[in-house]
Amino acid sequence: MTRATQLPDEPNWKRRARLQHWLATAILVIVAAIFLLPLIWMLSSSLKPEYQVFEMPPRLIPHPVRWQNYREALTYVPFGRYSFNTAFITLMVIVGHVLSCTLVAYGFARLRAPGRDTLFILVLATLMLPYPVTMAPLYVLFNRLGWVNTFLPLIVPAYFGSAFYIFLLRQFFLRIPNELEDAARIDGANLAQILYRIILPLSMPAIATVAIFTFQFTWNDFLTPLIYLHDQRLYTVALGLNFFRSSFQVNWAYLMAASLVTMLPVLVVFFLAQRLFIQGISVSGIKG
Amino acid sequence: MFEFSASALPAVYLFVMAASHSIKRRETVAFYLCISPWIIGFLLFVLGPMLASLWMSFHRWDLLRDPRFIGLANYQRLFREDPLFWQSLRVTLTYTLLYVPTELIGGLVLALLMNQRVRGISIFRTIFYLPSVLAGVAFVVVWMWLLHPEAGLVNAFLGLFGIPGPRWLTDPHTALYALWLMSIWGLGRTAIIYLAGLKDIPLALYEAAAIDGAGQGRSFLSITLPMLTPTIFFNLVLSIISTFQTFTSAFVATNGGPLDSTLFYVLYIYRNAFQTFQMGYASALAWVLFVIILLLTLLVVRSARSWVYYGGGSE
Repeated sequence: MTRATQLPDEPNWKRRARLQHWLATAILVIVAAIFLLPLIWMLSSSLKPEYQVFEMPPRLIPHPVRWQNYREALTYVPFGRYSFNTAFITLMVIVGHVLSCTLVAYGFARLRAPGRDTLFILVLATLMLPYPVTMAPLYVLFNRLGWVNTFLPLIVPAYFGSAFYIFLLRQFFLRIPNELEDAARIDGANLAQILYRIILPLSMPAIATVAIFTFQFTWNDFLTPLIYLHDQRLYTVALGLNFFRSSFQVNWAYLMAASLVTMLPVLVVFFLAQRLFIQGISVSGIKG
Repeated sequence: MFEFSASALPAVYLFVMAASHSIKRRETVAFYLCISPWIIGFLLFVLGPMLASLWMSFHRWDLLRDPRFIGLANYQRLFREDPLFWQSLRVTLTYTLLYVPTELIGGLVLALLMNQRVRGISIFRTIFYLPSVLAGVAFVVVWMWLLHPEAGLVNAFLGLFGIPGPRWLTDPHTALYALWLMSIWGLGRTAIIYLAGLKDIPLALYEAAAIDGAGQGRSFLSITLPMLTPTIFFNLVLSIISTFQTFTSAFVATNGGPLDSTLFYVLYIYRNAFQTFQMGYASALAWVLFVIILLLTLLVVRSARSWVYYGGGSE
């Protein structure tokens, strides 16, 4: 009897669901507005004439719109040069990570050998090792090699694998059915052929994820370039922006313009490949 | 016929064994060839530097003259005579206590929002995740502008309610909180990891609970939270490690100040290694950091047994 009375009657249940739906939407819109506001404010400030930047109460839509801020900010400091440097470093690091991590991850995913599992635990352990712990001795090493003030300390380590991406690719490779490789092996394919003809084409989403994460982290990286690049002509955009911030009488409109330009490549890649970003993060989290 | 195969059997057996043995060995060789880049990298860029750093921590070294062995003097100085070491430790731990709960709880709340079945939810997910990919100098510069004491949007907002805005990054009492406020904008990353965890919970559990008459609050406490504990654990470890690595925001926004109120540990290592070139002392600091992180991680992993649920999750 009591059960029957607890059964929700249709219209009431529907009304509650609809109410909840609207409530959720309202909260989502408010939170989304808060998350977007800093970006909108950056854009708005970057287009204001200097006298309007400090106006109170703040004005959201600049009038007049001052597009010259961008040209002026970007010529104050050679951002073209910095962008080129950053793009070059980022590209080289992406190539390094993709090549080395694919190979290493394939080994861990598919080949059986004594010591494999212990070594893989070691790979995971290095994930926990913060970069600052090895920062000083690495500097000594690269200094001795004469690599300070070159891009090499930023690029070369990428060709020796990176724990997070090895882990990510291995998880992906484990899901590729073995049968394809077995068939290829029976047909006489060697390891290089299997990797190039079977694993690579099937793993494009995972490899793209590695490339995109590497792009994001390398483009945004600040500490490593700060340690190794002292010559201004070698600056990355992150160093350039910090230099711009600290060395001029701060014009916030210029600074916002420069910040936006620095963020732009990451923003563009993010919008083109947001599915991969989100998948990559999820893959790394699932196995927690 | 019979005789032939019977006599051939041992030979066939031997042949198969030999072949499989050599296949096995070849596979071992192939494995080590494949992972050789990582092994070399590990020796050159991880294990080597770590040992070098330990060695350096027993020396005084400014990179110009030869390193001089001074025993435990660096550690002695660090624990006994260096107030800045304690200050940087205090700043970092305070920040950890602020940031880790925010990330764990705030990230979960954001993930629950992202998990709503609402039209256009993928757009909302994109918006929440977006700021976290922008982490870096530009991210910090934008927040320096938002937190500007006179013209910043945050204080303008507080002004609407008649609250006089603090001086945020330029006041030693609020600078650390200002950095903490900034970090909230990057919560999307944690939220996405939570979201993956939420999606992994079988719907059947919720259906069963609903049939048993459980309300939403009840099924959140009895299903969502327990099933999510592995993800919470993962995020906990990740966020502890990341707070101990905070550098960019402290370097760019406050440079450790005002009055060393944001002197993060890594910033202090950086100053010793690359501004005053005390490589030995910086290495001692780095090793202390390493031991702290190791102990904290072990503590969390050990505690995991009592609160992380590994029962019914997928895999």
